[in-house]
Amino acid sequence: MDDNVLLRMENVSKAFPGVQALARVSLEARAGEILGLVGENGAGKSTLMKILSGAYPMDSGQIYLQGQPITIKDPHHALQLGISVIYQEFNLMPNLTVMENIFVGRYPGDSIFVDYRQLFRQTEELLSRLGVSLPPTAIVRDLSVAEQQMVEIAKALSMQVRVIIMDEPTSALSGAEVQVLFNIMRELKRQGIAVIFISHRLQEVLTICDHIMVLRDGRNVGMLTAAEATEDKLVSMMVGRSRDEFFHKEHRKSRVKARPGAPQLSAVRQNDVILEVRGLTRRGSKFDPSAIVVKDVSFDLRRGEILGLAGLVGAGRTETVRLIVGADKRDAGEIYIDGVPVDINSPLDAIRHGIGYVPEDRKEQGLILNQALHFNISLPSLARLTRFGFVGQAQERQSVQQFVTQLQIRTPSLDQIVWNLSGGNQQKVVIAKWLMLRPKILIMDEPTRGIDVGAKAEIYALMDELARSGVSIIMVSSELPELLAMSDRIVCMAEGRVTAILDVSEATPEIVMRYCTVQHETLHVEAVQSNG
Amino acid sequence: MQTVTASSTPVRTRVRWGNLLNVVSRFGALSFLTALCIVFAILEPAFLSTVNIFNVLRQVSIYGLLAVGMTFVILTGGIDLSVGSLLALSGLVCAAVEKGGTGLLSVTAGEAKGYGLLTAVVAAIVVGLAGGMLQGLGVSRLGVPPFIVTLGGMSAFRGAALLFSQGQPISGFREAYRFWGQGMIGPVPVPVIFFLVFAAIAHIVLRYTKYGRHIYAVGGNREAARLSGLNIKWLVLSVYVISGFFAGLSGFLLSSRLNSAEQVAGIGYELTVIAGVVIGGTSLTRGGEGSIFGTVIGVLLIGVLSNGLTLLNVSSYFQQVIIGLIIVFAVFFDQLAKSARR
Repeated sequence: MDDNVLLRMENVSKAFPGVQALARVSLEARAGEILGLVGENGAGKSTLMKILSGAYPMDSGQIYLQGQPITIKDPHHALQLGISVIYQEFNLMPNLTVMENIFVGRYPGDSIFVDYRQLFRQTEELLSRLGVSLPPTAIVRDLSVAEQQMVEIAKALSMQVRVIIMDEPTSALSGAEVQVLFNIMRELKRQGIAVIFISHRLQEVLTICDHIMVLRDGRNVGMLTAAEATEDKLVSMMVGRSRDEFFHKEHRKSRVKARPGAPQLSAVRQNDVILEVRGLTRRGSKFDPSAIVVKDVSFDLRRGEILGLAGLVGAGRTETVRLIVGADKRDAGEIYIDGVPVDINSPLDAIRHGIGYVPEDRKEQGLILNQALHFNISLPSLARLTRFGFVGQAQERQSVQQFVTQLQIRTPSLDQIVWNLSGGNQQKVVIAKWLMLRPKILIMDEPTRGIDVGAKAEIYALMDELARSGVSIIMVSSELPELLAMSDRIVCMAEGRVTAILDVSEATPEIVMRYCTVQHETLHVEAVQSNG
Repeated sequence: MQTVTASSTPVRTRVRWGNLLNVVSRFGALSFLTALCIVFAILEPAFLSTVNIFNVLRQVSIYGLLAVGMTFVILTGGIDLSVGSLLALSGLVCAAVEKGGTGLLSVTAGEAKGYGLLTAVVAAIVVGLAGGMLQGLGVSRLGVPPFIVTLGGMSAFRGAALLFSQGQPISGFREAYRFWGQGMIGPVPVPVIFFLVFAAIAHIVLRYTKYGRHIYAVGGNREAARLSGLNIKWLVLSVYVISGFFAGLSGFLLSSRLNSAEQVAGIGYELTVIAGVVIGGTSLTRGGEGSIFGTVIGVLLIGVLSNGLTLLNVSSYFQQVIIGLIIVFAVFFDQLAKSARR
């Protein structure tokens, strides 16, 4: 066995209700090497990482550290063992200084007073070891994201860790900052630390990693050395699953498909285009306004079309559709419906323009969980059912019943509290609620997430039926097979931008995945093209 | 075999407990109120006399009106601590308009120098509405937590009441004014009629109108309600205006009943009112759960308890201790029942 192997996972499995997140996954991280970990959304990267950090227990398998079997009890224990995870969301105290953050809980000095002079010296020494020039007394809140990340890494290093796992560390960094991070990572390598680098950006993975491991559907797909890996190889390993479980494309052929590539801003707008989105932009939070969440997104939606929005986590798909429905404020961009510019500033405006929105998280955003089924379904449509302020209860029940029947919502009664329904039925309630408004445009964000196969198939059938009846659908999905089978066209997004708009006939999992992993430097040309 | 029996027994007990808790939680305050009435009736027969029953109702009617408004606020996940102060301020304004100015203190009853009863009542209600609207704007537009906004209102309105009255009560009203707080229609005191009528209206609004549905939706899940096209800011504003309305109306009724408007009126009312709403099953922690019916029961429970204990010569200090315990246990049972149901 390889002496250099610092951390070894053998046959690690982990299941959540309804999902086998990891199935007998094995991994080896060597001292002084950087291991890349890539995979689609839901491939099991996060679960693997959470097991290593002690956040989840594993169901079976074994982890060895320097050849010794270990059991990671909790995050604190993981740190004691020398395993540290740098998350995308930092665990820093924003109002404290750099040095206080790095050595929190381990301040030098006696039991009452902190020896700040000593603390300062230790921090300076640590930061210079990393080749980082940060004042130890700077307040963390005032630092950039890249600098905060450096503090996190320094903190891990100060705890004598031997394995550092970085989850998408470059996603919030600029090109120059990425280079600085890479230098730090190389420094960590030199110090004999095993680094596990999780990233969607394949070019970066190819640049910095010594080995690259690909996960798909919670399984090992393969381990490549940097020398033998190419982007194409990685992409095909990431997506190369058996095409499709439960749907067939034949039914879609009957639908009249709109032709792609038509001029988008011609003087006479194509009359089959129902929704046009132009230059939609949203900057990040007020704490980090430099980060742009949605950048200059433009696309068309045609009548009776299902438009898929593909992208990896953080690509800005949900953020984009939230701008269309007025759930968030846009910083720039226009929306046209039937060729007429519309001003959508709130979900109510969107509803008035015939746009329905099935949100990503049904429990947090879609349902009033402690209320009855009929209450939830009729909520956006009450205006239509109300006379002199009073809800017409009989009429309401009749309309609701119609959708309960149509969508085959399994419930003992219309008065059932939605909390008690299964995930699939809850999702149907959310969909029914929007159908009752008779929308022209229905935006569905991850419409089949976390529901069983039967309910999924029913929702697909319903979407087809709706599209055939002339409703236009935008579907955000992280499941490639679902996107490829359901969509007429697919908008690929990466890092807040549209990287390609593909007709489904020209889309393969590899091509879509390719466009979802491009970095913005390389796609400048395509972005210009797609803007026509 | 043995393990099977051992494990199935506790499960069965838990289910039975769950059912019991379900019943208790749904009708908890009501059954407790009934039990309390029976116990008091046995210990002290005078408790059941018509006079005493209406006495209890009269005592709770002001709390009850405020509690009706408070139910709207708490259903949206908010709270209104200012009701007692706003009541005092609007009572003073009402009295001043009725008497024709603040300078005319302690004028003998019966003289009508002021601007008339109707103007006075309207003035009181306008003060309540305005106070509620200010706070509602603070919550919905500025995004300051309701507890803080109304804590500020509680202090500011009390201060305004002191400024307005120069620390002096305005008392001694004519018969027509006093009637609304002290009078009777048949055996029923007038404030009781106000309480029951407004409770009924509020019940209908919350239960059967679009507005009522929207209130529950905002409290149940604000984000889902917003995405469903509800105007959250307007809805949140409205409940504080409603609460202000009831504070204004109560200011008038209380000054009428006491034949005096005072800047100290309504001190501590907010706590009794919130207690009544909470005992009635409206959740302070989870919005969108509760009802006017529950609030009426909760307020009656507090009234009956304090009346019965007084009849039994229990000291009023001790009554406060008991009411405190009941608030805590009411919420405890509520949570227990909810967790059993889930």
